[in-house]
Amino acid sequence: MNRVENFEALKALQVQESEKLNVREGLAPTQANLARHHVLICAGTGCTSSLSGEVKKELEAKLVEMNLDGEIDVVQTGCFGFCNLGPIMVVYPEGTFYTKVKPEDVAEIAESHLKGGQVVERLLYTIPGTETKAQDMSHIPFFQKQQRIALRNCGKIDPERIEEAIAHNAYQGLGKALTEMQPKDVIQTLLDSGLRGRGGAGFPTGKKWMFAAGYDADEKYVVCNADEGDPGAFMDRSVLEGDPHSVIEAMALGGYAINAHQGYVYIRAEYPIAVHRLQIAIDQAREAGLLGKNILGTGFDFDIDIRLGAGAFVCGEETALLTSVEGRRGEPRPRPPFPAEKGLWDKPSFVNNVETLANIPAIMTKGADWYTSIGTEDSRGTKVFAMAGKVNNIGLVEVPMGTTLRELIYDIGGGIPGGKAFKAAQTGGPSGGCLPASALDTPIDFGSLIKAGSMMGSGGLIVMDETDCMVDIAKFFLEFTQDESCGKCPPCRIGTKRMLEILTKITEGEGTEADIEHLETLAQTISASALCALGQTAPNPVLATLKFFKDEYEAHIKEKKCPAGVCKNLLQYTIDPEKCKGCTLCARNCPADAITGTVKQPHTIDPAKCIKCGTCIEKCKFGAISRQ
Amino acid sequence: MTCTCGQNQALYAQLDEVINAHKDQPGSLISVLHKAQGIFGYLPEEVQAYVAEKMDIPLSEIYGVVTFYALFSMNKKGKYTFNVCLGTACYVKGSGKLMEKLQEELGIGVGETTEDGLFTIEGCRCVGACGLAPVMTINDKVHGHLTVDDIPKLVNEYRELAKAEEN
Amino acid sequence: MEMVNVIIDGVQVQVEKGTTVLQAAQKAGINIPTLCYLKDVNAIGACRVCLVEIKGAKALQPSCVYPVSEGLEVLTNTAKVREARKAVVELLLSNHPADCLNCVRSGSCELQNLAQQMGIRENRFLGEQSVFPIDDRSVAIVRDPNKCVYCRRCEAVCSKVQGVNILGGIGRGFESTVGPAFGHNLDDINCSLCGQCVNVCPTGALAEKDDTQKVWAALADPDKHVIVQFSPAVRITISEEFGLPMGTISTGKMVAALRRLGFDKVFDTNWSADLTIMEEGNELLDRLQNGGVLPMITSCSPGWVKYCESHFPDQLDHLSTAKSPQGMFGAMVKTYYPETEGIDASKIYSVSVMPCTAKKFEAARPELADSGYRDVDVVVTVREIARMIKQAGIDFANLPDEECDAPMGVGTGAGTIFGATGGVMEAALRTVYEVVTGETLPKIDFEAVRGLDGLKEATVDLNGTKVKVAVVHTLARAKEMMKKVRAGEADYQFIEVMACPGGCVGGGGTPIVNALTRTMLPDDYRAIRGIGLYNDDKNLPLRKSHENPFIVKAYENFLGKPLGHKSHELLHTHYTPRKLYNLDLND
Repeated sequence: MNRVENFEALKALQVQESEKLNVREGLAPTQANLARHHVLICAGTGCTSSLSGEVKKELEAKLVEMNLDGEIDVVQTGCFGFCNLGPIMVVYPEGTFYTKVKPEDVAEIAESHLKGGQVVERLLYTIPGTETKAQDMSHIPFFQKQQRIALRNCGKIDPERIEEAIAHNAYQGLGKALTEMQPKDVIQTLLDSGLRGRGGAGFPTGKKWMFAAGYDADEKYVVCNADEGDPGAFMDRSVLEGDPHSVIEAMALGGYAINAHQGYVYIRAEYPIAVHRLQIAIDQAREAGLLGKNILGTGFDFDIDIRLGAGAFVCGEETALLTSVEGRRGEPRPRPPFPAEKGLWDKPSFVNNVETLANIPAIMTKGADWYTSIGTEDSRGTKVFAMAGKVNNIGLVEVPMGTTLRELIYDIGGGIPGGKAFKAAQTGGPSGGCLPASALDTPIDFGSLIKAGSMMGSGGLIVMDETDCMVDIAKFFLEFTQDESCGKCPPCRIGTKRMLEILTKITEGEGTEADIEHLETLAQTISASALCALGQTAPNPVLATLKFFKDEYEAHIKEKKCPAGVCKNLLQYTIDPEKCKGCTLCARNCPADAITGTVKQPHTIDPAKCIKCGTCIEKCKFGAISRQ
Repeated sequence: MTCTCGQNQALYAQLDEVINAHKDQPGSLISVLHKAQGIFGYLPEEVQAYVAEKMDIPLSEIYGVVTFYALFSMNKKGKYTFNVCLGTACYVKGSGKLMEKLQEELGIGVGETTEDGLFTIEGCRCVGACGLAPVMTINDKVHGHLTVDDIPKLVNEYRELAKAEEN
Repeated sequence: MEMVNVIIDGVQVQVEKGTTVLQAAQKAGINIPTLCYLKDVNAIGACRVCLVEIKGAKALQPSCVYPVSEGLEVLTNTAKVREARKAVVELLLSNHPADCLNCVRSGSCELQNLAQQMGIRENRFLGEQSVFPIDDRSVAIVRDPNKCVYCRRCEAVCSKVQGVNILGGIGRGFESTVGPAFGHNLDDINCSLCGQCVNVCPTGALAEKDDTQKVWAALADPDKHVIVQFSPAVRITISEEFGLPMGTISTGKMVAALRRLGFDKVFDTNWSADLTIMEEGNELLDRLQNGGVLPMITSCSPGWVKYCESHFPDQLDHLSTAKSPQGMFGAMVKTYYPETEGIDASKIYSVSVMPCTAKKFEAARPELADSGYRDVDVVVTVREIARMIKQAGIDFANLPDEECDAPMGVGTGAGTIFGATGGVMEAALRTVYEVVTGETLPKIDFEAVRGLDGLKEATVDLNGTKVKVAVVHTLARAKEMMKKVRAGEADYQFIEVMACPGGCVGGGGTPIVNALTRTMLPDDYRAIRGIGLYNDDKNLPLRKSHENPFIVKAYENFLGKPLGHKSHELLHTHYTPRKLYNLDLND
């Protein structure tokens, strides 16, 4: 792409490019020089894992074969959000939304739809509880309550073509700031917008920028935290995969606001696609003169380098992240001094997470008033959640702050699969908590979640049903924090180990009543004394489960039972002699030879030999084996 | 150690290129180690010492970095690394059981490699494919919606693949 | 300097801006407990023992790194603070071997002190302990990572003060520890064995290799003629082990104690320090006059020598070939001494008492056997000899002053000041000046090379030849100097390098000065010890090496002349270039 010389040229380019996209999406009449159909195929990690790349290749080959490649364009996009229906394909201008498209479906789509104009009905989404097929996204409940700001371009544009981002207003905010605003005005807009950090703690972003702007130094840095470490959260990855320019633009805005000329994106090495797309985007932005020297001819210089993480959850903590960007062991350090004063290489810096940054260009172009009209008083704007676990619709959803958990899980998520009962919603990852059914009407914003006993975190939302044991879940998180503890301070290094030991004891049926007290003491100690936020919040999953699910702990300790049937040591497998037909299938499959009995006679399980693997239950065709 | 002079020299020449490209960038150690691991497959002592000397960074610092980050390995890995996602979404969908089955099937623990050098088992944090939970990556390929019964099948599949590649 | 007012436990104090809460509290009369904090070395806020409540802050804050600001209100003694500190110490103890009774640091252990201070009588948080192998392969330093509390003080002193970077954080989480890369033997790698890590370790995780049993065994062997030498810094530092004020000279008591321990002869390393000056001083003159490699650099600090061998193997020509005082003494005590006294050299067992861990490595160097035997059989540090004196029940503080034995027991003030940074330089200048000019020094004290400044310089006029000298201490500064030397930018003729901060009085084998004491002393402890040595020098009758009659005699009767044939054979050595890392790529 040619260098965009100034803001006026950028505006003109936007108009020109957006016309093409309007044609693509059916918002403007077709033009002779443009393709008549555009087939958008999701190339996010989820869909790529379910072979969307093969689907795309197959389609391209088929179109060549059918001699349609001149009339139909195939476009790769970022994530649509509906990940468990992947690979997703959308055919424009109709907007037909195909789900679970396999390479072998491609021929039919090409012949029937692209050539014959007949939609392939069997690949459409069936609206739950009906026989109705949804023709496009607007008819799918999953999308109906969503409002996309951070994800505004994901699934709409080809992230590897800067022109498409520009069509959707990329770099307009930067152009406006560089030509019409003073750095302090940029910060003021951000302050007015009320935007709070999406990485976990919810610190006002404008304040971070203001503080960093307040220190004088020869060098300053803008750092993007793309070390999305919360297991089950992948919105940052999706933004980088689907709309990397939004992050680049926001970082450049940050550089202008605080007078920094270098930015770093610290990104997990586990996200190869995101790294690849981001690098392409940076290169394209540089080529277009939207990064590097003399951006848009304004004399402002700003560039960005990528730094890869190497597998350390603690590096999501901003001071640890900065240490890691410096190439060292990612250990956090005490604050103060805050990064605004002494950040990267001890220079004034700020660290913002990806989703936070992705909001900023929209705020700059549409204004703070627009942004404050969305969400709640406490938390402005929208929040992206990665909904997963025991919920029908798994994927990324972006909703206005203040949406309730119930709306998220039932209206958007489609409820719990298999007719099972909802037990808990885990938010905030290893730093957060599990909220019970009684908290389903909690509006989701920073304050309400904390009040309810959890926290926003980065937006992972894992739904659990009646078959999940909350003691086991608490143990799972403690295993995680223990494994990921950097080790610098004793409360986290040793304290979480001790908590894990106690939880293990309880799940193995060795717990005593004093253990709950010990857990609470340890939790308080760690919260009060650990060095970094990760350590301080490490006990949260235990505190939250103790608060809402104490009966489960007590069942493990007093009755030596796991009500959810998860904790192996506490399970007893028995065969109901009434139901057992003596088919011997269980006995033949038992790896421990714990099941005996003669053919056509009820069998029995020797509890001393039983290793509680559950194979017999899976094999029994008569439902005769139970686990309690 | 068997003599692999020629081969080694070629690998170290590649490493030199990486080091020269990064030498003047502040804080580039982790990037260099990533690439070194890409070249050698792992980060044995000789490689770490080489990086130390060429980049003028104390070996203790490099060793400290290598042992801090989970993605760096000082052991040679198998031809196929089975990486079971142990993120929350996968865990509640039974990835713990997949892990157990995999260890049973291969007769090795997490972080270990089978004697024939074919398989390494690892556990990882969320790969972000929660829609496909539970998932396991085998080298770069993501396998989703797995059940315990898929494990022996996958192991066999890759064993056959290795055999086919040998022939 | 801008002053700010802070309120600590209701007491208002005025302190400089930038002060930490910990320092401000001390001004308010409160010693907040610490563990990972070590003045001038380590302030990382990691151990969470010094937590306090800061008004307005949600979590408790580490006072060692929290900067004061105007109006800051701090509470150091609330129930919350006490409980948090106690719980943190309990957690540390839960992963610490409870073998205080067997531990070398029992009584001087900062973790033990904290447990007592917090009143811990039972531990609520017992559980699995990490298990690491004890590394006792080095001749000088023993590492027991099981006792490591991960305070990182050793890492900080090794990297920041010494710039050697041998010790670093390894692993993460519960298994985190500090050690050398790949767990290598410290002797085999580029560690200087300076022992600064031992001096800063709050527990028994790092300690000197204990060689006292070897000494006891020799003393008990009737066939052995056991002699002992003790170095300049020993006479000043030993006092602290017996409750005498820091900086007290205890030469006479030391001699008396050694004699009571059963040594057949008690000699003084000051004597061989004088000998070193004769050889080294003449070597300098020789290099100056005959176009030798300059600048010449001192070689009496064994930590420095090992460091130079592995980090600057291409610069070893700059090192003076003169052995260290310990080395010269070792060679002479098994040649000159038996010859004069008519003793069988093979029966002599030579013990040296040093402020230094690296001296153990020096004594074990294969090349230091010029007498035909091991020149020095065993080296014990000040801490070890103090333990022996205590074991023997000797009331050190009340001993009478006694004198060393002849012929190797008399040294000059020039020898004494070897123990402080700049001392070797000053001693050498006193002799070189008078040898070259033939005139008596107008002023014997070279103040310019005294004290704890990082780099000290002076110029001496030797009959019209200006000799520029420099003095550095700590290996980090030595490294800077050597970079200049390597680049040809070090415009000096003679450089003194001591590995340890403050010179030998700050050696890795001297009594440990704990973290709290370091903050309470009016001055750096090495400065106090050093001043003690300069006072000793001032009070000695002889203050120039070449005036030592026993040295003069040794040349007359045995050695011949400085740099002569016999000197070369016994008093000079060579150095071994070592690899920084073992990079055997072509194997």
